[in-house]
Amino acid sequence: MLLWAQVAFAHPQAGEAKGFVTGFEHPISGLDHVLAMVAVGLWGAQLGSPAIWLLPVAFPMVMAVGGMLGLMGVPLPGTECGIAASAILLGAAVLFEVRPPLAAAAALVGFFAIFHGHAHGTELPPGESGLLYSMGFVIATGCLHGVGISIGVVHRWMWGQRMLRAAGAFVAVGGVFFMWKAFA
Amino acid sequence: MRAASKSWLPIYAIAVFMVAMCPAPAEAHLVSSGMGPIYDGLTHFLMSPEDLVPVLALALLAGLRGSAYGRRALFVLPAAWLMGGLAGLAAATVNANAVQTAITFLLLGGLVVMDARLSVRATTALAALLGLYHGYLNGAGMGQAGAASVALLGLVFAVFVLVALAAALVVQLQAAWARIAVRVVGSWIVASGLLMLGWSLRGKL
Repeated sequence: MLLWAQVAFAHPQAGEAKGFVTGFEHPISGLDHVLAMVAVGLWGAQLGSPAIWLLPVAFPMVMAVGGMLGLMGVPLPGTECGIAASAILLGAAVLFEVRPPLAAAAALVGFFAIFHGHAHGTELPPGESGLLYSMGFVIATGCLHGVGISIGVVHRWMWGQRMLRAAGAFVAVGGVFFMWKAFA
Repeated sequence: MRAASKSWLPIYAIAVFMVAMCPAPAEAHLVSSGMGPIYDGLTHFLMSPEDLVPVLALALLAGLRGSAYGRRALFVLPAAWLMGGLAGLAAATVNANAVQTAITFLLLGGLVVMDARLSVRATTALAALLGLYHGYLNGAGMGQAGAASVALLGLVFAVFVLVALAAALVVQLQAAWARIAVRVVGSWIVASGLLMLGWSLRGKL
């Protein structure tokens, strides 16, 4: 990760470095997005294998489809609400340790992934380098999943399971806050 | 498994050559590293994600399959790259556009995500096609720079080193989670490709 940033910085074309860094910063700068991404990782950790690896493999690709739609200018109604709702629902899923069938979990996460991707696609600053922005954006999102999964390692202990559920509650409350903001 | 793996190759080949048929206007830029043409070529490769990432994807794919695949990719890819590059030097100036880059990302990243059980022969063909195609684009893009053929040599050397490092790293991964991490990287490559596709279609619909 560090290496990537360095390579981008070292490039004589300043615009490209800017593209990567902006892309990388974008997913980690919005708290609503961060909460939902970490919740995906937490939930995956609770569900265990195979969800723990299916979600982080599938999510970036589905999210990129949403991003593609956003870039192409395909409108998606209620993006902000969708992102806030994803934090509420994913947080609640972690809070109550909901164990739906794998396909249902993947479908839920995938559905929200499109909203997240779409927001990134449309909020894109003009004049950035497309490829490096995209890569930075995808890698940052993947790292957020990694954070969630790493935190989820505590699931093997009793106190850890309680802590994870508390984290889920925190994410859900954050989602409620962002939902209120989206309407206010 | 063999039958499934064979069916992928024509799809890839057709896709690559379809996009290769429509060259875009050149945006050639061979950045001077100040250390001579060998290093110019080497730097160019390391700084160009549109070349670097597909090579990485192929190395990951070969690494997931095992050392025989890795060895094959290690020699076939740089050799094909060099041949393609030399052909490109003699050709009209073209450069990859974003859609071509995106399609390469989607195909190679997708194969990594699926942990595709290609045969050695199919992997060899993939490496050859990727090398010829990207080498050609590189060569054609460099054609205007002085000492471009020497720069090409540096570039191919960098390809060799990257394949060697990345494939060797993946070959020795035994733990299930580590192999999945490689597939996650593949999914990142696909995702970048999808975003690139959206990027290039932006404002055209």
